[in-house]
Amino acid sequence: MAEQEVKLMKGNEALAHAAIRCGCDGYFGYPITPQTEVIETLSELKPWETTGMVVLQAESEVASINMLYGGGGTGKRVMTSSSSPGVSLMQEGISYMAGAEVPGLIVDVQRGGPGLGTIQPSQSDYFQATRGGGNGDYYILVLAPNSVQEMADFVDLSFELAFKYRIPAMILSDGVIGQMMEKVVLPPFKPRRTNEEIIKECPWAATGCKGRKPVVITSLELKPEIMEQRNLQLQEKYRKIRENEVRYETKFMDDAEYMIVAFGSAARIAEKTIELARAEGIKVGLFRPITLWPFPEKEIAEAAKKLKGILVAEINAGMMIEDVRLAVNGTVRCEHYGRLGGIVPEPEEMVKALKEKFL
Amino acid sequence: MNDIISPENLVYKKPELLNDTHMHYCAGCSHGVVHKLVAEVIEEMGMQENAIGVSPVGCSVFAYNYIDIDWQEAAHGRAPALASAIKRLWPERLVFTYQGDGDMACIGTAESIHALNRGENITLIFINNAIYGMTGGQMAPTTLIGQKTSTCPYGREPALHGYPLNLSEMAVTLPGTCFVTRQSVENVASIRKAKAAIKKAFTASMEGKGSSLVEIVATCNSGWKLPPVKANKWMEENMFKQYPKGDLKDTTNL
Amino acid sequence: MGKIKGAIVVNTDRCKGCSLCVVACPKDVIALTAKAVNVHGYQYAEAVRPDDCIGCASCGIVCPDGCISIYRKKMED
Repeated sequence: MAEQEVKLMKGNEALAHAAIRCGCDGYFGYPITPQTEVIETLSELKPWETTGMVVLQAESEVASINMLYGGGGTGKRVMTSSSSPGVSLMQEGISYMAGAEVPGLIVDVQRGGPGLGTIQPSQSDYFQATRGGGNGDYYILVLAPNSVQEMADFVDLSFELAFKYRIPAMILSDGVIGQMMEKVVLPPFKPRRTNEEIIKECPWAATGCKGRKPVVITSLELKPEIMEQRNLQLQEKYRKIRENEVRYETKFMDDAEYMIVAFGSAARIAEKTIELARAEGIKVGLFRPITLWPFPEKEIAEAAKKLKGILVAEINAGMMIEDVRLAVNGTVRCEHYGRLGGIVPEPEEMVKALKEKFL
Repeated sequence: MNDIISPENLVYKKPELLNDTHMHYCAGCSHGVVHKLVAEVIEEMGMQENAIGVSPVGCSVFAYNYIDIDWQEAAHGRAPALASAIKRLWPERLVFTYQGDGDMACIGTAESIHALNRGENITLIFINNAIYGMTGGQMAPTTLIGQKTSTCPYGREPALHGYPLNLSEMAVTLPGTCFVTRQSVENVASIRKAKAAIKKAFTASMEGKGSSLVEIVATCNSGWKLPPVKANKWMEENMFKQYPKGDLKDTTNL
Repeated sequence: MGKIKGAIVVNTDRCKGCSLCVVACPKDVIALTAKAVNVHGYQYAEAVRPDDCIGCASCGIVCPDGCISIYRKKMED
């Protein structure tokens, strides 16, 4: 059972292995720290000789995302990865994919900004990821892994969701999760779909029009009445996703008077924070949104009913806290704690913040 | 007369693949002729059901409305990136882009040069009319020195606007290209050569010989503010000096 | 001796009156309508000297809108 083997590897490496194992058809990317191990690992593993997966180093992130648009538009499982400044460059293509309803996976191993910023970890792409990021009324599905295991597990999950809803999906990771080494059980091998299966399963895809009318993958429509209808269809799809695809995790919430809301690596730090705080008698629990869009707003509102306060811990200046505040709608006081510029907060700092803000 | 007009005497009609949708192009626009040629070549190669075209942003954004094959509509300049991925994922398909000079030689220079240089087995069809047509006649990288457009209304001056860009000459130097040619479609002889060039490029892509760039020096009657017949004349007298016609590179052995 | 005779059929509703066929015709067979216009308001191409047509297809080949079908027959006389 080689595929059940426990490995020790970086998040970025686990992601690359998982891509090959879950039947990914193509990876298109451009080197940028701290995610470069993804394309390096793929290049070393040479999946084009085994599963037939295409791996191509593009000339830019702009090209990568448009390769994703092209490949996804033919019904293939395609992915790219980058870090924050590169993901900014991709926003044009992501918007086109959203408009043309093309599935694909974008991995953002976040680093600090703005601009060239730093190569150290950050979670300051939260707004860019959860608000669509490019032009137009759209969302993409955003999953936030908090471990190397989830870096591996979320690849297949992202593809499944992306194709189920014909939507771009993003794994919003960060420099901590991408670079840290942990044990991981890699997913079992699953064959790539054959061209015949793709043609059958994706009648919307531009695969060559044998036996059917030609299809056009486009986001363009000049007649406003039709364009409004297309937008309304997108909104209906987003409603369904909000209804069905919210994912989250809670810990230590049974007796909690306070709650830390945190995602990704901040949630890992929050777990230690909770351990330290509980040792001091502070009853605090964890709410970890796994999908950042759709955001678990109902679940947070429900959890908030019995709380005295919520600390939103993020490695940014306060982004997800806006969604938490919208969710609880003034019923509970929400405070933020975060570090900026690539500094990763220590659990002790978070305990201190919890005390200062609420006790 | 009536005994002449019967199916067995038919010598020419528009290709079936070019559908009956009324084309949005201005009267006399070169795009229509090139669309016909693309459709004819795909038909002759029997690739109607195996072709995937990538249309650009610009006048030919709606190419997908006229030629009955599968299409993807790219962001401005990015068509070669889409086409690269499509061809690598579906190597048995005929994959080509259809782009104007603003799309391919300006905003998409990086994507076109790198797709060509990687030797992707695709064809880039490059309509060069030295102006931005869709947005109403602005200066393009290919606009001639002295040529007037709405963003160089006193004529293009190198000191102000830089020089015309000869993308095809650049493409010749790239090891990934197997066929780089510059054609036009203003008369029957030119059209026949242009068609042969498109067929050679498409064939080379299916035989895995590398990238092809087929530049068509074209007119933009509306942008140039000339009636179609005069626009062809202006093209012959002015465009061909900056953009000389002929095969610039051919290693296809086809 | 047989003489080559040609004929054209113009899809007048598709024609935009660009005149490229008029110029391409080696026998001056085609002209734009003087007053009549099609559904889009364009003057359109028509064979004004149909007897001179040799069916060379030049008009059809240069037509950007694919409006012209050409027929050719060797006449017995």
